[in-house]
Parts: sequence; structure tokens; C-alpha cells
Amino acid sequence: MNAAPPVSPVYRLPHPLPLDSGQALDGCEIAYEAYGTLADDKSNAVLVCHALTGDQYLASPHPITGKPGWWERMVGPGKPIDTNRHFVICANVIGSCMGSSGPASLAPDGQPYAMRFPVITIRDMVRGLVALLDGLGIAKLHAVVGGSMGGMQALSLAANWPERAARVLVIASTARHSAQNIAFHEVGRQAIMADPAWAGGDYYASEAKPDNGLAVARMAAHITYLSEAGLTEKFGRRLQDREAKGFNFDAEFQVESYLRYQGSGFTRRFDANSYLYITRAMDYFDIAEEHGGKLADAFAGTQARFCLVSFDTDWLYPTSESRHIVHALNAAGAKVSFVELSAPHGHDSFLLEHDQLDRVVKGFVE
Amino acid sequence: MLLHTPATTFGLRPDLAAIASHVKFGSRVLDIGCGDGALMDALQTQMGCDARGMELDGEQVERCVSRGLSVVQGDANLDLANYPDKAFDYAILSQTLQTATRPDLMLDELLRVGRRAFVSFPNFAHWRTRMALLLGGRMPVTRALPVSWYATQNIHHVTVEDFRDLARMKGATIERAWFFSGEKQIGAPAANWRAEFAVFELSR
Repeated sequence: MNAAPPVSPVYRLPHPLPLDSGQALDGCEIAYEAYGTLADDKSNAVLVCHALTGDQYLASPHPITGKPGWWERMVGPGKPIDTNRHFVICANVIGSCMGSSGPASLAPDGQPYAMRFPVITIRDMVRGLVALLDGLGIAKLHAVVGGSMGGMQALSLAANWPERAARVLVIASTARHSAQNIAFHEVGRQAIMADPAWAGGDYYASEAKPDNGLAVARMAAHITYLSEAGLTEKFGRRLQDREAKGFNFDAEFQVESYLRYQGSGFTRRFDANSYLYITRAMDYFDIAEEHGGKLADAFAGTQARFCLVSFDTDWLYPTSESRHIVHALNAAGAKVSFVELSAPHGHDSFLLEHDQLDRVVKGFVE
Repeated sequence: MLLHTPATTFGLRPDLAAIASHVKFGSRVLDIGCGDGALMDALQTQMGCDARGMELDGEQVERCVSRGLSVVQGDANLDLANYPDKAFDYAILSQTLQTATRPDLMLDELLRVGRRAFVSFPNFAHWRTRMALLLGGRMPVTRALPVSWYATQNIHHVTVEDFRDLARMKGATIERAWFFSGEKQIGAPAANWRAEFAVFELSR
């Protein structure tokens, strides 16, 4: 764990946070960033939920990497989610490692929780977010917005706390994790747990961290975020810094070198145990199952307006997953919009330059 | 029955204007093939309706969403099945029936999801169309049907009389009908000859 001490404000929950597992998390802390000004009547709050390896640094520089916020393109003064009008909040989910309670946090005995941290679900993460909103005195969000795992949180909020958000925007996401999604996550978890430095999760005090395993997990996942066409366009079969094949196992192809770079950069800012906990939470995710097996029942009687967006090259959460949600919302009589946008970059398209996405987000959130 | 409909209602196309001025205030409406959402917008802002739309073209959907309308990208031939029975006061199908895979089945779906349905379509028995085929011996390209046979989206060519037959066959009641020649509303007599466009309000 290399994360710097959190520089974000931290909200300490006044009560233990109840979890789906039946346990409760004592002394739970939630780190968040906020942009813009909260209106006197607190009616202009927009909650943006981050994806698996994201964090609260939505529209401000990341304290470890120094890179711009992960959605700085979308959130800011005059941008589609306009901080001149809205008070935009982004919190680090519980289980993560950027200041919110997670496996790297200290347990009451003064030692890191490591694998003693309770297994959490997406709904638990949202419970934490709702507790934060309570702490901020925000009864109803103008909008909740999320892509990928952030979209799962937005859906979970809409299904379980329907009175807490007037608008729900879900981008490149799903109402349940498929067997294929779970399979990819399991590859990542096994890579981490196969690293000798993982040491059953108790690596916080030692020099060696399971960075190799975590980097492999990130590499495998990263492939699922891209599209074949995007990879071919970016790298093809080009070799890296050499004219001919070297007949060895160095990073010979550009795509190999790129993935290694992605993997090693990731270990500087993310905790391996957090990766285990959060991927597990995503794999457990199934909103229909939480509501008696029928997805439409999860949204029965909702007054919120929904908007779903998918990308035609996203094979991790393909358009069919969004349609499935749209059909359920229609059956529930909800106000729902849905559009499949065209983009070459697969699942990651929601994080990249996309004018049409900007217009949809602006039109819906405004 | 001829009902007076000002052609300029809410700045809409005449068939849409006829529909917009005859939905009940505050009703729930599904506009199938809603295009850029002009009718939905008018229904929401002028008639206090709760309007939902369905549209196949992604760019049109994006335009609708960015103007704050609830529109789902989808294929009416397949996706209407996902809406519950009588979920809407009105189901609207404007200028889309002739592009449906099975117009007869689509009419069933309209009357299932809506208590009432509005259907508008170009009348292929209009005298211009007849003349073009009779005299020219070629598939008509007229002001109402401006696209050549090979490029048109219209796959089932329907006339006013055909539609009346279909409604009868489906046990639907024709509540009202409006006929247009260009921008001008015309009477029901000889509409099958004279109307370029027709609008029907149906119930079952």
C-alpha cells in the first residue's frame, strides 16, 4: 500500500454501518471531494460515483499520480456537469484505499484490517454514500451519475433509496455481473493471491507488496476496457523499440509494453486487497436478486428520471445489459431515456472525449 | 367526420398538429418513432402530458435526451413488447406504419400499450401516386413520397381504404380521422383519392 495520507475531507459515520453480510463496520470513514457551492435549500447536489479503480479525485489533480481528475473533462465550470450550477460530490467507496475505510485501514486493534475487513457489496458502498449525504444534510440529490461500477451504485441507490435522487444517469453499466465479468475478475484475484508477497493479505508491515500480482490483475482487466479495433488502431502488431523479433520474453510488442506500463503505474496508487474486495462486491451485484428476482420490481413506483447510455464497442457491459435495465424501467412505468453511442474505444469510452456523451449528460443533468 | 385543426398548432407538421390538439390534457403518451421529439416537446409543454418516446436513430435520440425528453433508442418492431398493457392513454405512430415489418402486428401492439392510438401515414392511393404509376409506369416519386423505390424506408404501402379495412379486421374503432393535402386539411369524402396524408384515432 503506497497511498499517501488522504488530503480529502473525511466524514466519520456517527453509527456503525450495517452491511449486507450481516456484520457492521464500526468507525467507518468516507473520504470525499466536493466542487461548486451547495445551494441554501441543498437542492443542487450531484453525486458522481466512481468506477472500480477510481477515487474521489473527480475534477481535481490526483495527489499520488499528479494527473488531472478522472472526469475533469465532464465536471467543472461550464462543463456538462456544471459546477457553476451544481454542488458535485465524489466519495471514495468503502473497501477502497484513498481515505475511506478499507482493508488497508486500521482496525480497532491498531493493526490494518487486511483480510479481516468484512466482505462488502455495491449496496454497502451506497449505504456509505447515503450516510455521507445524511452527514452533509442532503435529503435529495438533483442527480446521481456513474459509469461502470459507478453506474451500479447509481442503480443501487435508485432501487434501494428511491427518494434520494431525482435523476439517475447510468453509463456503460449493468444491473448484474455476468459469468464472463466474474470470470475476468477471478483471474485478477488469483493473480494477486498467487503473488508470494500477498502473504494472505498481511503485507502492510513488510517491504514486499504483491505488486506483481496486482499489476497482472490490472493488465487483464485493462484489456476488457478496450476494444479489439481500438487496440489494433493504437498498437497493431508493431514492435517496441526494436526492428526485429528478439526471440525472448521481453515486452516485444508495443501492446505488451503498454499493458506493463498500465500495470506498474496502477500499483503505485492502489491497494491489492482493495482490488480483491471491490471486484468481489461487483461480482455479487445483482439488483434483481435483491428484489425477489424481478428487475422491474426493484424500480416499482420510482419517481426518478433515468437515462442509460451504452457504447457500441463495449463488450464488458454491452448494450444488451443497458437494454435489459431499460425494459425493466419501462415495465415499472419509469421515465427513462436510453441511447447507444458509437465510439471506437470500448468500455473506456465514457472516460474519453465524446461530444455526443457530453450533450446527453448536459441535457439530462441540467 | 371533419374536425377543424389549425395547421400551425404548436408549429408542428399538420399530422402532428392534429394529434397534439386532440390528446387530452395531462395524459400519458408514448410516441413511437418520435424523431427529434418535436411532438413530445409540444405535448409536454403545451398539453401537460407525460410523454415518452421510442426512436431507432441514435442521433435523433441524443437530440431528444439533450432537450430533456425521455426517449429510448429501440426498434418498435421488437421493443413495444416490453411495455405493459394499457401503460399509456395514447400510443402514437406517426409516419412509421408503412416502415413496420408487420403493420398489422404493430397496430395490435399500439392498441395493447395505449388505451387509444393515433396513426398517421402517407396515403399511397393519392391521385398523384396513382397517376405516376398509371401514366409513367414507374414507382411514384411525389412530394409526399419523395424517395425512389430502392431507397425508401416504406416497405408496406398502405392506403386510406386499406387502413380502414385493417382497423375493422383488428376490431378497432375509428374514433376520428383527419386528411391532408399538403399543409391543407381536406374533407373525408373521396379522401382515398385526395389525401396525401391521413391521421386516424383508434380505440378498442
